[in-house]
Amino acid sequence: MNDLWIATLGASAICYLLKILGYSLPESTLNNPRIQRVNTFIPIVLLSALVAVQTLTIESKVIVDHRLIGVLVAAIALKMRVSFPVMMVSAALSSAMVYHFV
Amino acid sequence: MSFERRTVLRDSLSVAIPVGSYGAAFGAAAVAGGFSVLQACALSLLLFSGASQFAVVGVMAGGGTPFSAIATGALLGIRNGLYGMRMAPILKLAGLRRFLGAQITIDESTGVALSQESRGDDAMRYGFFATGIGVFIFWNLFTFIGALGANSIGDPSSWGLDAAVPAAFLGLVWPRLVNRKARIAALLSALLAITITPFLGAGLPIIATVLIALVIGWKSE
Repeated sequence: MNDLWIATLGASAICYLLKILGYSLPESTLNNPRIQRVNTFIPIVLLSALVAVQTLTIESKVIVDHRLIGVLVAAIALKMRVSFPVMMVSAALSSAMVYHFV
Repeated sequence: MSFERRTVLRDSLSVAIPVGSYGAAFGAAAVAGGFSVLQACALSLLLFSGASQFAVVGVMAGGGTPFSAIATGALLGIRNGLYGMRMAPILKLAGLRRFLGAQITIDESTGVALSQESRGDDAMRYGFFATGIGVFIFWNLFTFIGALGANSIGDPSSWGLDAAVPAAFLGLVWPRLVNRKARIAALLSALLAITITPFLGAGLPIIATVLIALVIGWKSE
């Protein structure tokens, strides 16, 4: 089994476990405000880190290239409140244009 | 039925169809990141939680270890467990239905269910299942289409797919940046991840940003 399958099946198993765990624990576990606050920040920090790493690194090296233009265009699109598919397509198109023509 | 079934169904589908079609972006990103069409589809069927799926693909594509990928995916999956706790007393699922219901406990099904609160528990249950099953069907269908499409185009950069992946993450985090504290957390974690990636390699720097969530979430009001 290669690494991609280990990641695919391992993450699937653990994420399912987390889902089913929710139905087995009492709701009072939720009532701790600290846990709730930390949990609202977890997606924010992980997703932001992923944006940065996916935009600016290749194989652990910091590299600025066409991807940055695509992500900046995505940010503008999100600011303009366009729909998700439009945002994705604008990001891909602008990045591809810089890749080919600059 | 005491509630207006069609109204709830309309709410459910208006979420399920656009979100599901976004599965095409995931399928394409997975294949562009080196996953096979089968692996992309397995993630959508078995993991079925958008942010975690993108994270697994993102970490592996960046050269991270399976451990980092699984850990990042799991950290993003914690909230589904919290949704389960919220939904359990309303859904009252037992046996097989509980195991199936757990798999479709995600942002969208929980969100639509909670938005039906004023219409009563029956409407909430209906909204949960209509949205969960709807997203499941469309998300998996579009993952397959996106994966096949990316499989046939070769160089991901040539089509901007390498920028579409971080754009997808940006789209997922954007609606959560509702106040100054959230924006500071986002900025700090982006900086931290970029700064330590050359030293720690892919994957671990992303998990390290959880420290920022702990510090800000622990003390802030």
